[in-house]
Order: sequence, then structure tokens, then C-alpha cells
Amino acid sequence: MSTTVYVPCDTSARSVGADRVAAAITAEAARRGVAITIVRNGSRGMAWLEPLVEVATLAGRVAYGPVRAGDVASLFDSDFLRGGSHPLALGLTDRIPYLARQERLTFARVGITDPLNLDDYRAHGGLAGLRAALGMAPTEIVASVTDSGLRGRGGAAFPAGIKWRTVLDCAAPLKYVVCNADEGDSGTFSDRMLMEGDPYCLIEGMVIAGLAVGATQGYIYLRSEYPHACTTLNLAIVQARAAGLLGANVLGSGRAFELELRLGAGAYICGEETALLESLEGRRGVVRAKPPLPAHAGLFGQPTVVNNVVTLASVPLILARGAAHYRDYGMGRSRGTLAFQLAGNLRRPGLVEKAFGVTLRELLYDYGGGSASGRPLRAVQVGGPLGAYLPEQHFDTPLDYESFAAIGAMVGHGGIVAFDDSVDMAAMARYAMEFCALESCGKCTPCRIGSTRGVEVIDRIVAGTERSRNLALLDELCDTMRHGSLCAMGGMTPEPVLSALTHFPQDFGITPPAGARKLT
Amino acid sequence: MTALSAEQTHAVAQILESHAHAPGALLPVLHAVQARLGWIPPSTVPLIATALNLSRAEVHGVLSFYPHFRTAPAGRHVLQICRAESCQAMGGAVLEARARARLGVDWHQTSADGAVTLEPVYCLGNCACSPALRLDDEIVGRVDAARLDELLDTLQGNEVSA
Ligand SMILES: Cc1cc2nc3c(=O)[nH]c(=O)nc-3n(C[C@H](O)[C@H](O)[C@H](O)COP(=O)(O)O)c2cc1C
Ligand code: SF4
Ligand code: FES
Repeated sequence: MSTTVYVPCDTSARSVGADRVAAAITAEAARRGVAITIVRNGSRGMAWLEPLVEVATLAGRVAYGPVRAGDVASLFDSDFLRGGSHPLALGLTDRIPYLARQERLTFARVGITDPLNLDDYRAHGGLAGLRAALGMAPTEIVASVTDSGLRGRGGAAFPAGIKWRTVLDCAAPLKYVVCNADEGDSGTFSDRMLMEGDPYCLIEGMVIAGLAVGATQGYIYLRSEYPHACTTLNLAIVQARAAGLLGANVLGSGRAFELELRLGAGAYICGEETALLESLEGRRGVVRAKPPLPAHAGLFGQPTVVNNVVTLASVPLILARGAAHYRDYGMGRSRGTLAFQLAGNLRRPGLVEKAFGVTLRELLYDYGGGSASGRPLRAVQVGGPLGAYLPEQHFDTPLDYESFAAIGAMVGHGGIVAFDDSVDMAAMARYAMEFCALESCGKCTPCRIGSTRGVEVIDRIVAGTERSRNLALLDELCDTMRHGSLCAMGGMTPEPVLSALTHFPQDFGITPPAGARKLT
Repeated sequence: MTALSAEQTHAVAQILESHAHAPGALLPVLHAVQARLGWIPPSTVPLIATALNLSRAEVHGVLSFYPHFRTAPAGRHVLQICRAESCQAMGGAVLEARARARLGVDWHQTSADGAVTLEPVYCLGNCACSPALRLDDEIVGRVDAARLDELLDTLQGNEVSA
């Protein structure tokens, strides 16, 4: 009997040697005359254990990691094919606390199934949402998404159902569903993990969106920095079409939906939805003024749903299990779960899908295990490069959209980047300005020029040149950027800059005024 | 303007033939040309413009906007080092400095032996295995100085066999 061995094909696993491990296992099995089947699954999201090898045993899947090619012979010696003990053995995968304590809804299949195997997808609940949707009127589908409380996971957290309703209500011969897979925020990788680990789930979500709003053409706009996701998605689209999940007659329903993958070209601003549409139309990724909203006049001037990967991939489950099932998770107006991404200086980085309401401290310490370096954590950036830097005093804030907004921060796409006490926060503030200067689409002067000036002003502050005058200048500059920018690129770059300055003034060479709250 | 070889002209013509009718075809065309020729030679611009019914200025405008598109040939390999926050938190700056010093180049330049073009990149989505880099189409994570040296040694040493 052949034993199934799982070795992830996820970018992160491959980046630390999963392909070499898979090859070594194949070779060693052949050498020993043992029958095995290797499945290249997605990642379970426990990145520090990658490459994480799993073996299907009678008791369940047993994990070993992090495995190097050089460990393979000893794994065979320890009878790992029957879950034998070994220094790298982690026990049953599902019992590993990091995983066991998560609420995996959107990422339920990621790491478990063979990403490109449609039978596997169906066997694990795939297509149930689409089948349900095919029996519903468009307004019912939209109502279900609205009732679930699902908000956009790309950053702005706009209610998905309301956006869909707007597109549904537009009478137009042609409508589009566009998936924003630009995932430009540093510290984030949930879109990538979903696309590489469960691509049919995204496709299913897009087809449902098409049925809901009356769109027959979809595009996935994927960043060019994701070569493996690109390959997986293209294969998944071809196979979905062959299986009748895409095309003129979706699952025999007589309804049509076509899907095409398009690649970005290295511009962060193309994650902003209107710049993305410009780019899809073949132009420079310059942000459009709103109105019109993309929902009214989006791609090629037609009504368009633009949603993030995780937003769309959450839809199949909502249709399959009902809006209430999803809505029952979460707190306040943040319903359901978010796939948090733990990155930076943490001992156990990875993906943690939890209901909204978990605190930063739980994520950083209970899951993340504190810093990788063993030094104290000093600052955390949440929500990508435009998110504020938070010191320890904010670590008990629950992660939901409103609580974060209340402390001047944002949850965004759920990326959490931790820094230990060796970080130079003035350098991070400077980098935020530099990044804005580099990635500005150029449309607004405060963003384009202000950010370049910002770098110079921070340099002068740090050098001690006319410090108080330059501090005032930085304040003024940030104010102009906040109020004079068309989009969040220029409008929110002041967040990381000013939060770094407020919470960590000593890094800028400034002594906190006497009587001020102790900052370290 | 360097002239295209007959083979290159043919390749570009084929790409234009298969893509020109898609809506918003310019980016897919540029991606295909770069995948085929390694870069986007200036002499392809008028061909692309004519086929897509655009002005040359429009094509140039798009080319200059997107960092991914090359308007000059790269070295035999492209090494991108992630400069974004998560990788910085894990010592990425050390790798940047080391790569620049070893290759004797700054960002966007190619080493004298023509082996490696060095570029910055702003997140590879491999932040849970920071610091990260991309070498051609391979992403490498948890890179330390020794691993970087090893990669550079292979690139610069084994050119012929690579
Ligand atoms: C500068 C900037 C960059 C953005 N980058 C992304 C991105 O990479 N991915 C994404 O899904 N949304 C991004 N957004 C948000 C999109 O504009 C838009 O809100 C989102 O795609 C809508 O989908 P959602 O409602 O499902 O989140 C960005 C916004 C701004 C202002
Ligand atoms: S704020 Fe910056 S990126 Fe946004 S539209 Fe203005 S110039 Fe473009
Ligand atoms: S920040 Fe470097 S890979 Fe994401």
C-alpha cells in the first residue's frame, strides 16, 4: 500500500527547500523500495516549521518539520511513514496548538488538499457554495453576502454586499468582476497562500460574484512578484474551464462566466482599485478621481466589482453554510474571521486565521512566540506600509476595524510586522517617506513632492539640523499630504511617520519632554 | 536604435498577432515580449504601438511607469533583494549592503562580468521567511550572509555550466 506524504508547494516552503525535500523523499523511497505518493499541498501556515512534511497515518496526518533534504534518510530510518518518533516529529498536525486554536473558515482547505485537484476540492466542501448560488436569485445571493457582514479584506473594509448591490442595480450590457490580487502590502501573504493553496476557492468566489451582479467576465490582477501563484492560477483556470466550472455554461446552469489572469508589473499603486483598472486597460497605473465609483463605471467604463482575494474566497463558505454561520464569528461591526499574517521579527511567523477580537498581544506572543532574536519587541506595524507603528502600550487592543481606527491605526489586510529593540524608528519613518516617493503615481503634488521633501526633513531632524524648525516642517508636510492627496498612498504615509515620531522620539534624537508619558 | 534580428521580429509579430485583439492588451504584450527577449528593445515600441493602435508616446509612458519592464538588457541573472519592512526587521539591510559590495554595483546595475543585475523589490510575500530574495523565478527565504554568498558564488562561478 502506498503511503501519502505531503510536501508543500507554497512559495514560503519552497523558499526554504521544500522542492529539495520532496526530491530527496522520492529518491530515498525508491532506494528503499517503499511505495509512497507525494502530494504537493499548500502551506498550513506555520512558516517557521517549513518545510513541513506530513504523513497520512491511520491516526491522522502526522507532521515533521522543519525538514531539510539531509534529514530525509533519518526520517525513513525512524519509520516516519508510520508516524515514527524523530527529533523533528511534531505529532498530529491538527493538534499543534498554533493550528488547533485557529478558526479556519476561509483557509479551511489550505494546506490540507492538493491545490489543483478538483476531486479533492469537491471532497472537502468545494463547489457547495456555487451550487447553492445557482439555485438563488441574484438579490438573494447579494442579501446573503450582506447579512454575513463580510467587509473588504483588501484594506478599506467596505461591506462587500453593498458593493455587489450597487453593481447588481446598474443596468449595463457588460459587467465585470475584478479580483485584486496585487497584495502589495509588505508583511502580507494571505492572498498568495490562498491562491497557491486553494485556487479553486477564489475561482468559485468569483463565479458566485458574477452570478450575483450579472457579470460574465472576470479578471484576476496578480502582482508579478508572485511567479508560483501565477503558474498555479493559470493551471487552475484551465482545469476549471475543462470541468465546466468556467465558460459558457457554468456547471450546466446555462449561465456564463469567463476568467482571465493578468499580471501587474511592479507598481505598488496598482493595488489601489482605480489604478488597477487603469492598468488592466493597458495604461499607466494612475489613480482615478471618484466619482464615478468602479461599481458604476469601472473597467472599460462598465459596472465592476473589485474585491480582494480573501474577500472573494470567503464567499463560497458563506453561500454554503449560510450568512449566520460566518457572522457568528467576530466582534462589533467586524464579522467573521481575518487571516492575520505574522511577520518580521517573530519566533513563530505564519498565518493565523482568527475571529476578529483577538488582541495583538495574543498574536505576537501566544502565536508568534515573541521575537525571533530573543530581544524585547519594541514596535509593531499593522496593516501594511501605510499602517501606524504601535508601541507595547497598544498591544492589548482587540483587532477589529473600529478598535484599531480608535487608536489611529488600521487592521487593513491583516499584516503584522514585529520589530525588536534594535530597530531604528527614525530609519523606518524615513523608509515610509522613501517608499511613498518611489511608489507615488504622480497625480498629486503633496504625495509626489511631499514625500521626497519628507525624506530630506527627517534626515535633517536626525542630523540635528535646526531640529525644531524641521519638526514643525514635518508636521506641516504630513498635514498637507493627509489633506491634499487623492488616495491613501499620500494620505496615509504620515501614519507610520508620525506614529514613529510620537512613540519613539528618542530615535530621532529628541528627548521626550519632562512629564511626558514614559515611552520605553 | 539596435535593430531586431529576424527571429526577434518574428517573435514580436507572433506575440502581437495573438494578443492584439484582447481588451487592454498592452501589459500582456509587454510581459510576453520581455519573457521572450529578456527586455523590451526600443525598436519594438513602434511595432507594438501600430499593432495596438496607440501612439509611441503612450507605449513609452507605460514602459516608464512600471518598474518590472526593462528598457535595457539585464545580466544573465536578476537578483532582487526585498527591502520592505518585514525583511528589514530580520536584517535585510545587511544583505543589501553585502550584495552591493560583492557585486560591486548599486541598485539597478549589472556586475562587470555580466552575471547579475541587482534590484530592490518591495515584498515578495515571503515575509514569514524573512529576509527574502528572488533569483530569477526562484524565491529564497531565511537568507543569511552565508546563504547569499553561496548563491552569488554559484552565479558568478558556474556561469558556463549554469
Ligand atoms: C495605495 C493603495 C494600495 C492598495 N493595495 C491593495 C492591494 O494590494 N490589494 C487589495 O486587495 N487592495 C488594495 N487596496 C485597496 C483597494 O483600493 C480596494 O479597496 C480593494 O481592492 C477593494 O476590495 P475589498 O473591498 O474586497 O477589500 C489598496 C489601496 C490603496 C489606496
Ligand atoms: S496620493 Fe499619491 S498615489 Fe494617490 S493619487 Fe495622489 S499621487 Fe497618486
Ligand atoms: S517584506 Fe520582504 S518578503 Fe515581504
